[in-house]
Amino acid sequence: MVKLELQSVWLGYGGNVVVKDLTFQVMPGEMVGLIGPNGSGKSTIIKAISRVISLYSGKILLSGKDVSKMPRGDLARLLGVVPQMPLLPSAFTAFEIVLMGRNPHLGLLQYEGARDMAITWQAMEKTATHTLAERRVGELSGGEIQRLVIARVLAQEPKSILLDEPTANLDISHQVEILDLIKNLCLENKLTVVAALHDLNLASQYCDRLILINNGRVHAQGTPREVINPANIKEVYGAESCVYPHPVNGLPVVLPNAGYGGGARNNGN
Amino acid sequence: MEQSVPIHFPHWHRRAYAILGLLVLFGVMVAFATTIGSVQISFLTTSSILLSKLPFVDMNPTWTSALETIILEIRLPRVILAGLVGAALAIAGATYQGLFRNPLADPYLIGVAQGAALGAVVGFVLPIDWQWLGLGIVPLFAFIGALLSVVIVYNLARVGKTIPVTTLILAGVALGALWGSIVSYLIITSGEKMHGIIFWLMGSFSLTQWSEVKVVLPYVVVGVVVILLYSRSLNVMQLDEEQAQQLGVNVERLKLILLVAATLITAAAVCFVGTIGFVGIIIPHAVRLVWGPDYRFLLPLSVLSGAIFLILADLVARTALAPTEVPIGVITAICGAPFFLYLLRRKKRAVFF
Repeated sequence: MVKLELQSVWLGYGGNVVVKDLTFQVMPGEMVGLIGPNGSGKSTIIKAISRVISLYSGKILLSGKDVSKMPRGDLARLLGVVPQMPLLPSAFTAFEIVLMGRNPHLGLLQYEGARDMAITWQAMEKTATHTLAERRVGELSGGEIQRLVIARVLAQEPKSILLDEPTANLDISHQVEILDLIKNLCLENKLTVVAALHDLNLASQYCDRLILINNGRVHAQGTPREVINPANIKEVYGAESCVYPHPVNGLPVVLPNAGYGGGARNNGN
Repeated sequence: MEQSVPIHFPHWHRRAYAILGLLVLFGVMVAFATTIGSVQISFLTTSSILLSKLPFVDMNPTWTSALETIILEIRLPRVILAGLVGAALAIAGATYQGLFRNPLADPYLIGVAQGAALGAVVGFVLPIDWQWLGLGIVPLFAFIGALLSVVIVYNLARVGKTIPVTTLILAGVALGALWGSIVSYLIITSGEKMHGIIFWLMGSFSLTQWSEVKVVLPYVVVGVVVILLYSRSLNVMQLDEEQAQQLGVNVERLKLILLVAATLITAAAVCFVGTIGFVGIIIPHAVRLVWGPDYRFLLPLSVLSGAIFLILADLVARTALAPTEVPIGVITAICGAPFFLYLLRRKKRAVFF
C-alpha cells in the first residue's frame, strides 16, 4: 500500500507554466478524480507523476520516496498508467500487449515464465479480454483496446494506478464497465488511484474525492458533494447548469442548461 | 494463485522450431556454398572437410591437402564473411526499424552507409598505403566514416537530454545526402581509381581472407548479443516512448545503447565488403510476414535469415556470370526491389509491422 503526495508542484512545457503550485495527497484505497476544462493541465499532472516530464519545482512522493530519483523499473513496479487513447502496434496480438505489463518485473536476462503467463492471463480474464488473446491489436475496437491497456496495467501489479480519460470515446455501458472494474480494484487491493475525467457525472459517481483544476490551479477540492455545484461549474467552465442528487445514490449529477433558453420547442411556441 | 494459461500458443512453438530449422539450414548452406566453385569438389567431400574441423570430430582424411586448402582457405572465409555481414545487416535493420518505429528504416537511414562510403572513397583517393591492426586504409576509413557520421547525426538531433526520433532521421537523411554528393564529386575526379571505388560501393566478397573475418567477427558477436539482450525492451518500445517509460524502460538509454550496437556492427559489416543494400530492410520484413513482429523471435530469426540470404546472394554473384563477378549489391537489389513491390501490393495482411 502506497501513499501518493504532490507538494507544491509546478509543471509546464518549454518555459510555459501549465500547472501552478499543486498540492494533494491520495491514500491507499482512495480514488481521486482530476476534473477541469480541456487544457487545464490534467494530462500534464498524470505525465509528471509517471515521470514522463520533469517538474519545474516541488516534489512528488510515492510511498515516501521521491519519484524523480527512482529508477524507472522501480517506479513501474509501483505505478501503472492507462494513457489517453493509447497507440498500440497493430501487428502484435492482444496477449503479447498485456504480457508487456510484466516488463518491469523482469531482468535483462530473464524471459517471461509460467508465473508471468498466469498473471497476464488473470489480468485478461478480469477485464474480459481473454477471448481476444490471439487477435491482432489492429483488429480491435476502441473499447477493446481500452480494456486491453487496463489488463496490461493489472499485469504490471502496481500499487497505484493513474488513468488519463479512461472512458473517452466509450459508450455508456463500457464507461460504467471500466470504471466499475477500476473502482473494485481500488477497494479490493487498496490501490491508490488518480483518474483524469472530463465527464463530471462519472467523476462524481466513482471518485471519493475530486480536484477541480482551472488554468493549472486548484479551484476546489473535496468530496463530490463539496465540489460539484452550479457556482463552481459556472466559475470554471463558464456554463450554466443545475445540480441534482442522483435518484439512486444521492451523489450530485450535473444537468447543463441549454443556452437558447431550453424547452422552447416543448412549449409548442 | 498458480494457474496455467488455458490456451496454448502454437505460434510460440512454431517460432522456436523456426530458429532450430534455420540453424540447420545455415549449416547446410555453408557446406553447399563452399562446394560450388571453379574446381569441382563433391558435396560429400566438402562436408567431410568442414566437419573434420569441428571440435570432437575425428575423421581420417580421404582428400588431398590441395582440396582442403581450396575449401578452408579460399571458399570458407568468403562464405563465413558473407554470412556474418548478412546477419549483421539484418539484425541492424530490424533494430533500427524497432527503435525508430519506422518500417522504412535500415542500417543506412541515419547516414551510416554514406559515411562509410565517404570514408572508403577518401581511402581510395589518398595516395598512401598503410595498415593498422590488419585493416587496410579503405576499410579503416570506411569504419571511421560510418561511426563519425552517426556521432554527428546524434549530436545534431539532440535536444537537451533527449533524441527525438524524427529529428534523428531527418538529420541522417540530410547528412547522408551531403556525403553522397561529396562521394560523387570524388568519384568523377578520381581518374583510374574510379573502377575500384564503384566496385566497392556496390559490394563484393571477392578475395576474402580469414584475417578479415577475424576483424569483423568480434564486433558482430558483441553487437548481436547486446541487441538480443534488449529484445523485450524493443517490444515495449513499439507502444510509444511515453508508454515504454511508464512500463519501466529507460528510453533514452535504450536508444543510445541500441544505436551504438547497431551502428558498430553495420560499420564492421560494410568496411571490407562495401555498402550492400536491401538486406537490412527486406530480411526483417520477410521474417515479420512469416513469424510475426515479436522482437524476441524477430531478432534471432533475422540473424539466421540474413546470413543464409547473403551466402546465397554471394553464391549467385560469383557463379551467375563466372568467371566475372557480379557486384553483390546488384543481386540483393534484384531480389529486394520486387520483394518491396510485392509487400506494397499485398493487401490481405496489411498490418505486419
